[in-house]
Amino acid sequence: MVTTVTSLGRSGLHDWVLQRLSAVIMLAYVVYLGYFFATTPEITFTAWQGLFASTFMKVFSLLTLLSVVIHAWIGLWIVSTDYMPKVSIRVAFQAIVIVICLSLVVWGIQILWSL
Amino acid sequence: MKFKIYRYNPETDKKPYMQEFDLDIPEGSDKMLLDVLVDLKEKDPTLSFRRSCREGVCGSDGLNINGKNGLACITSLSSLKSPVVIRPLPGLPVIRDLVVDMAQFYKQYEKIKPYLIADTETPAKERLQSPEDREKLDGLYECILCACCSTACPSFWWNPDKFVGPSGLLQAYRFLIDSRDTRTEERLADLDDAYSVFRCRGIMNCVDVCPKGLNPTKAIGHIRSMLLKSGV
Repeated sequence: MVTTVTSLGRSGLHDWVLQRLSAVIMLAYVVYLGYFFATTPEITFTAWQGLFASTFMKVFSLLTLLSVVIHAWIGLWIVSTDYMPKVSIRVAFQAIVIVICLSLVVWGIQILWSL
Repeated sequence: MKFKIYRYNPETDKKPYMQEFDLDIPEGSDKMLLDVLVDLKEKDPTLSFRRSCREGVCGSDGLNINGKNGLACITSLSSLKSPVVIRPLPGLPVIRDLVVDMAQFYKQYEKIKPYLIADTETPAKERLQSPEDREKLDGLYECILCACCSTACPSFWWNPDKFVGPSGLLQAYRFLIDSRDTRTEERLADLDDAYSVFRCRGIMNCVDVCPKGLNPTKAIGHIRSMLLKSGV
């Protein structure tokens, strides 16, 4: 059993499930947006604002943003543990990724609920 | 036929180098690569490599042949393009020429406790198993620990101290699925971290190179399913 402190989940299985689940949510969001673009004759500011006016879209968007953040944290953590053998560089990289991920969530909430 | 062989003697060489040999192979004859290495060793007795059974059972002569890992003793010359480039198994420290230090590989093998642990009472003769349960071990028990798969795996190259590797995981599944073993939960718990099993990215280099035709990726998939079933 190998211990890890900067990974998102504390077990390999946890990370693995989260990464797959977040991928499904992101795919669903892309398909939904694709449907919107395909069925809206003209993308105007009103149409765009109307789309994000519903609570459903706000929640769905936030869920997708959370999925992006979770997916990126797990994925980049794996990349860094594979390709950054120097501990100081690895820790710095992981810290930056985590800070960016958390900031994006807060920023995303602010943007979504100000629409 | 031309041969380019990786040479390195840490006592005399500063750096590894490739040595070229030219060998006349009589037309119509089809030697195994190991026979050629033995011939070359007669020419140059300083050439070092491991071999033992010369029939693909002992797993000693795992080498990187024209870029692909395999056993020299069951690789026929007719299947190879000239020049044949022979290197030691990648990712492991080289002791000399084609001989690598397998300690890291065996350490991972040891980690998965590759032996039957049964807490039930010891029977007078042997632990019985139904033919159906025995069948589940097919495609797993045949592993000869030649390390061709693990040393073809980038995840094992980057984290040989943490990722068990395809060979070790194939063996781990062999004991997880054994109906006579009683430590399944404990074995699974030992594997549930970010590296041991989950560092496998499923690129299937292991399946591509296994000289015994085994499928470690499939076994790793089964371990993931077992972990998932016990974890949800």
